[in-house]
Amino acid sequence: MSKRIKVLGFGLTALAMCGLSYSAVVAEPNNNQLMIDGKKITTNVKAPKGSPFEKLYSGWRFRSAETQKLQSDDFENPGFPLVDLGTELWQKVDGSAGKSCASCHNDASKSMKGVRATMPKMHKEIGKVQSLQQHVNYCRTERMGAKAWKWESNQMLGMAAYVGLQSRGMPVNVKIDGPAKAAHDKGKKLYYTRVGQLDMSCAGCHEENFGKMIRADHLSQGQINGFPTYRFKWQKMGSVHRRFKGCMKNIRAKPYKVGSDEFVALELYVASRGKGLSVESPAVRN
Amino acid sequence: MARPRVKVPKSASKDEVITIKTLISHKMESGQRKDKKTGEKIPRKIINKFTAKFNGTQVFAVDIEPAVSANPFLQFTVKVPESGEFEFTWLDDDGKTYSAKKKITVN
Repeated sequence: MSKRIKVLGFGLTALAMCGLSYSAVVAEPNNNQLMIDGKKITTNVKAPKGSPFEKLYSGWRFRSAETQKLQSDDFENPGFPLVDLGTELWQKVDGSAGKSCASCHNDASKSMKGVRATMPKMHKEIGKVQSLQQHVNYCRTERMGAKAWKWESNQMLGMAAYVGLQSRGMPVNVKIDGPAKAAHDKGKKLYYTRVGQLDMSCAGCHEENFGKMIRADHLSQGQINGFPTYRFKWQKMGSVHRRFKGCMKNIRAKPYKVGSDEFVALELYVASRGKGLSVESPAVRN
Repeated sequence: MARPRVKVPKSASKDEVITIKTLISHKMESGQRKDKKTGEKIPRKIINKFTAKFNGTQVFAVDIEPAVSANPFLQFTVKVPESGEFEFTWLDDDGKTYSAKKKITVN
């Protein structure tokens, strides 16, 4: 109780002093280091040129020690049962062409290495920037003659996590120039546009106020290097588009659809803000 | 669809107490739930027994009841006197067994 009064008192003082209308409780990202199987995962890196941040922090740095610990051991990482499903699906023949992922791409640990770090990226045949999920579904429908997987299905999440895992520890390095520039710019515009009844933009929380508490939540920089991520709130793994939808609902805006051009553009732009952070898929968050 | 996963250290010193972690992806249908559409009870289907053998001798076993969550995670410690192989078995209600094997070298 006394703490609450103190916070309120601080807020009132601040209000009186400079006329600000909110009290900020600052809780900086912590300094823990993420090691997975003896391999260091970069969760903090100097921001690249043109970034609004001085330093980039993975969302991992904003979580409690208990949550962080789960990610440092693949056995305790609750995302791994779905990775196992993805591993199985990689070899599984499906569709009229009688092929599996492995029929063309062989060993995922070689062919898919680094793929997640560059996603979303231009899909030559479709002619648009596409998320990993859309690249997977293109293969399924056009090359395997199989049915497309639903965005948040276990199969798709498992496959995305399995492919993502092959790039774990590699720095995020999405292309934003050339044919991807249009999508990047569209994403940037979405990032800074205020929407919804609360009239907030992504930047309002994740750029201007990261590190602070928004009620009981510790605001991160909104980095997406760990997706697909196992989230305790969901009790499941989920895609970054699902996370975007959640944010939009919180600010009482009408969310775009998963896999929409808007979310793909936003995903590309947000990914580009995290250039240099290690891919963490499948990460664990709360 | 059940997929077992096991984590055993690759090597240990003689008589060392090692920690073993096991997890099996399994729905663990408790038998208490009803199908929302038909109102029928969904039959129980859980992993009801787990055993761990080392070089053929049982070193750990557990009976599992319906209250255990999906994807049961079991962690236990074992003293290893010599090099050998662990064999883990999960027994399903429908009679199926799932198994995994892991070797360990004792120096």
